[in-house]
Amino acid sequence: MDAIVLQILNGLDKGGAYALIALGLTLIFGTLGVVNFAHGALFMLGAFCAVAFNKLIGLEQVVVDPTKTTAWGTPLETRVPYIEVWLGDTGTTMLNYSVPLSIAFAIPVMLLAGYVMERGLIRHFYKRPHAEQILVTFGLAIVLQEIIKTYFGANPIPQSAPDMVRGAMDLGVMLGFDPGTVVYPQWRIVYLFFSLSVIGGVFAFLQFTTFGMVVRAGMADRETVGLLGINIERRFTLVFAVAAVVAGLAGVMYTPILPPDYHMGMDFLVLSFVVVVVGGMGSLPGAVSAGFLLGILQSFASMNEVKTILPGIDQIIIYLVAVIILLVRPRGLMGRKGVMET
Amino acid sequence: MMTKNSPRSDLLMLVLFSAAILTMPIWLAPVGAGYPDLLQKFAIFGLFALGFNLLFGLTGYLSFGHAAFLGIGSYAAVWSFKLLGMNPLPALLFSVVFSSLFAVAIGYISLRRSGIYFSILTLAFAQMSYNLAYSVLTPITNGETGLRVLQSDPRLFDSSSEASGPLISNLFGIEMTGYSGFYFCAVLLIVGFYISQRIFRSPFGMMLRAVKSNQNRMSYTGLNTRPYTLTAFVISGMFAGVAGSLLAVTDPLAGAERMQWTASGEVVLMTILGGAGTLLGPILGAGLIKYFENIFSAYNEQTLHAIFSFLPDFMEGPVVSLASLFVGEGWHLTLGLLFMVIVIFLPGGIMEGFNRITKMFRRKSSRVGKGTGHSHFPASANAAE
Repeated sequence: MDAIVLQILNGLDKGGAYALIALGLTLIFGTLGVVNFAHGALFMLGAFCAVAFNKLIGLEQVVVDPTKTTAWGTPLETRVPYIEVWLGDTGTTMLNYSVPLSIAFAIPVMLLAGYVMERGLIRHFYKRPHAEQILVTFGLAIVLQEIIKTYFGANPIPQSAPDMVRGAMDLGVMLGFDPGTVVYPQWRIVYLFFSLSVIGGVFAFLQFTTFGMVVRAGMADRETVGLLGINIERRFTLVFAVAAVVAGLAGVMYTPILPPDYHMGMDFLVLSFVVVVVGGMGSLPGAVSAGFLLGILQSFASMNEVKTILPGIDQIIIYLVAVIILLVRPRGLMGRKGVMET
Repeated sequence: MMTKNSPRSDLLMLVLFSAAILTMPIWLAPVGAGYPDLLQKFAIFGLFALGFNLLFGLTGYLSFGHAAFLGIGSYAAVWSFKLLGMNPLPALLFSVVFSSLFAVAIGYISLRRSGIYFSILTLAFAQMSYNLAYSVLTPITNGETGLRVLQSDPRLFDSSSEASGPLISNLFGIEMTGYSGFYFCAVLLIVGFYISQRIFRSPFGMMLRAVKSNQNRMSYTGLNTRPYTLTAFVISGMFAGVAGSLLAVTDPLAGAERMQWTASGEVVLMTILGGAGTLLGPILGAGLIKYFENIFSAYNEQTLHAIFSFLPDFMEGPVVSLASLFVGEGWHLTLGLLFMVIVIFLPGGIMEGFNRITKMFRRKSSRVGKGTGHSHFPASANAAE
């Protein structure tokens, strides 16, 4: 029992990341009708927002003290981040909380990135075939990741979670198991709740605002909305930007779990696409539930008990599920009838 | 438009193509590409792209998992070396058999869907093969290290005298390295080109084009398109298998990274760059990408300084640092940008560009009243469908 709970928890944080990326992907597909292969690159861009922010606030003031020398005989250098010099303890706290704080930095950056991408490139591809959309966004993804590689190098850059949630937590005790059976890193729990609240936020935005209502109407029948005199294109631009922000935030908060490198986006993209397809193209609840479902399935498949029966299953489970779903349920788990069924 | 594709012009095209391929070591030498390793790559990836084009160019099914067949071909070839000896012919046979078996299985399932779902399905299968080759199938694929031929392997038909020599594939005594390796690949490329040309001109090829332009209508007329698309998929998989086996013939080693989806993306890129649906385009695209990959990634700061030394000093620095973003390590950036530019402005690839230029040229000359009748690019005029 405790093993099962642990595996579900393990699956949930990865599932959270899948769900967030897939949510943006399916939002873009549902509204704009564009298959965006650069969405993984947006996730990666978000992760590097956290890295850049950390570097920015970690800029150090170097003070050379000529009176003292180090053990090697060179003048002693003390390095203190500027932010600590200026703000004292507040600065130290800010450094400690650099990952959550970089959310504030990432939101405008990702909004801008999404806006520029949609206006500059994607807009011209609404009427083109899906194959060309895939190809051009694939090219864009290569360009983005190469730019990141030029500035940040090819090696993963580890980011640390704030001290308060860095350790592990004995969840088993709370749930009534023996102590020490279900031990779980705190940051992953934070990530889970974060992703749930972002998902909730996006749904609330679409459900309870006039803007969201127009977007939903546009997803259902774009032409009619246009005929009613509503400039749907302009709203869709914002939808694209929101999707970029969601992917970016998923990336920011994922950095303490997985040190970001330039090709992390591609790795997640393939899986997120599978998630979208399993959930049903253009279905938001489908993307979210398929994200968590596949995350959990993956962590169950990597249990040793399962692996001894079916060797290698942990490597292919997601793809296998995708193949089966696509063949027996053409529109995915929750896809709308008649949308992309062939 | 299927005009003026007479058997004679096809034959002429084949002869010209063969001549161009076989003389590549001569006419590519001035641009610094006249050495065997690169030439082999041209031929091998040309064949790979040619096969991919039979599927994507004719039927419009965008497979994002074609590299799986390349990898399978390589593994099959290396196993043939290990078991039967270093002759490339059984290796080719092995690769064709295995890649077509896999293609039948994968194609049978994937072709039940079309559009983006087909892309995802093929991608899923390729990723499965890649992940399995890395993990559970290690006894067959040798995992991360890659599969190579060892002295201790049985190699049934190898003469014992070779036991101590280096393990290089050889065709009845001709070692498959250097120029002889290139010519071996080149002959297969020409054979592949001939097959592809025949398919393009056949009723079967016509059927595949009809699938691309409107599959629904085909179904409404009471025709089951599945057997046609499956045949195209299998043939295309065989081409990839042969290309994979040639990779192993020229360098007896097979690794799982050949199956990764970036490799599948690369062949898509080659085909699009050259022009999907044209005969020569994919080969041209493959050659260009491999050539620039080789040239650009060899550049570094010093060579750039040498190139831009004619500029005044205050300009040279910035220009060099800007240019260095795009060469050497940054070659992929150039590739990505090039790819985007092609898809945005020239979805038909380089061949479409050629055709546009030829048309412009023709219009001018007909206005003068002296229509030359033949363009400067006979191949592209033929390939214009």
